[in-house]
Amino acid sequence: MLWSLIGQRVFWGCVTLFVVSVLIFLGTEILPGDVAQSILGQEATPEAVAALRHDLGLDVPPLQRYLDWVGGLLRGDLGLSLASRKPVAELVGARLGNTFFLAGTAALVAIPLSLALGLLAALHQDRMLDRGLSVSSLIAISAPEFLIGYILVYLLSVHAGIFPALSRLTQRMDLLEQLRTIALPCLTLTAVVAAHTLRMTRASIIPVLAQPYIETALLKGVSRARIVVVHAFPNALAPIISVVMLTLAYLVVGVVVVEVVFSYPGMGKLMVDGVAKRDIPLVQACGLLFASVYILLNLLADVLAVLANPRLRHPK
Amino acid sequence: MNRRLTLAARMGLAIILLNIFAALAGPAVAPYGETDIVADVWQSPSAEHWLGTDNLGRDMLSRLLYGAQNTVLLALLITAISFLVGTMLGLTAAVVGGWVDQALGRGIDVVMAFPTLILSLVVLTITGSSIPALVAVVALLDSTRVFRLSRAVARDIAVMDYVEAARLRGERIWWVMRHEVLPNALPPLVAEFGLRFCFASLFISSLSFLGLGLQPPQADWGGMVRDNANAISFGLLVPLFPALALALLTVGVNLVVDWLMKRSQPR
Repeated sequence: MLWSLIGQRVFWGCVTLFVVSVLIFLGTEILPGDVAQSILGQEATPEAVAALRHDLGLDVPPLQRYLDWVGGLLRGDLGLSLASRKPVAELVGARLGNTFFLAGTAALVAIPLSLALGLLAALHQDRMLDRGLSVSSLIAISAPEFLIGYILVYLLSVHAGIFPALSRLTQRMDLLEQLRTIALPCLTLTAVVAAHTLRMTRASIIPVLAQPYIETALLKGVSRARIVVVHAFPNALAPIISVVMLTLAYLVVGVVVVEVVFSYPGMGKLMVDGVAKRDIPLVQACGLLFASVYILLNLLADVLAVLANPRLRHPK
Repeated sequence: MNRRLTLAARMGLAIILLNIFAALAGPAVAPYGETDIVADVWQSPSAEHWLGTDNLGRDMLSRLLYGAQNTVLLALLITAISFLVGTMLGLTAAVVGGWVDQALGRGIDVVMAFPTLILSLVVLTITGSSIPALVAVVALLDSTRVFRLSRAVARDIAVMDYVEAARLRGERIWWVMRHEVLPNALPPLVAEFGLRFCFASLFISSLSFLGLGLQPPQADWGGMVRDNANAISFGLLVPLFPALALALLTVGVNLVVDWLMKRSQPR
């Protein structure tokens, strides 16, 4: 029962990935207009358009092009970038690590912080601390990422001069220097993500705390700390695991805007620059990478939730 | 049940009305034109220019008012389309049930796992910066969340006796949906409309901030932040004004939504 349920989730995850890859790669077919003509403009010579169509593989039937592309992908060959004429795999490879470094550091700070704050808020429900956290997290959610980013730049870089305003990470820096360089984008991501996670954690613990068995424990004279850790936490575990996974998934996508704010040399910046130059092969590769990580984390959230909560194993 | 507006809800409502006013009457009340160069670059706020001037010497307040039109109306359009598609499919799935419900549910699950921003970036690369394409992609991806909610709400209603009675009377399925199910599903849908609107306005502003949404010289809040971003390193606050306007709008909508949700909860 358990394994078939997990198998089912994995199957649908693969279906999603397949549909996304088809949409990303055949978008040039589905969307109206001739891509090559629109990139080069109306004045382009027919020869130039034909050459670009060839570069993009538009002269090959869609099915074969898709299969060629998937085949190349499996061999690590992502094609050539239109703008720089370099292999896409090389460009992406240079940036991928930086993005994981930034998103990973932000996750390490944000997840423990927001779980602890969410728990605190739930325990102090409707009192000052909870109200304060609820208002500040609402503001952090309502603000666009670039507002938080620029406020931090204004306070911590322009005025206090503690951190650099632009995160020009290089490989020659030692770890400490690297951490100082990514401090502001990391803080920005933390603020955005922690606000979401805190609210979700609070919302998933409060119904557990309202259960009769918690009241029984309280009346028995069990200490508050023990009630939270031993009685409430295991039952709130399933939603919390999915909260953490969804946070990670959110980070992967949220990183795009933040990288642009701080000119951080990551995948997000690479992709946005590619969109502006209409570098289709590059954007397709970045898009598929981002989407795969996102879908994988969502899938993991589903599977872990099933494992952590036996009740989900027997859907009615 | 407390039907009176709380202080927070009043504030939220005032912010929303202010934004609607700016979106509708902005061009009429703006002191200067959208693209008029009226003073030096990055002037501090003064009597003539209440919010100072931007990177080309255009009046910031005027552009903020013009920008409200683009940002708010575009977000409303996206939300309206996503609701039209989402509730139609959601109510259909709930009322018809059976394999239609199954098929729709599966399909929507797959689409919901798409990261909206990433897919929009891919579409924009292929179509070039195109507002209709942008609106269509965001609205369709967003409609999946509306579908989930409206289906869940409508399923609870579809098993009620009065719906059964309407069916037994021989009413058509469309009539049942319009007259029995939809009115009762409305409160949670209105709250969701607010949240989806917030998402849409933040989303299109983010795209404009990335330089991929509305194209200059049209004013929109995300693009205004991008144009003036460099000012921040000179210690100027210009780029923060449009971003703050956006944050204020979403806070306002959230306050009203919170109140609506609390109100519709049976105690």
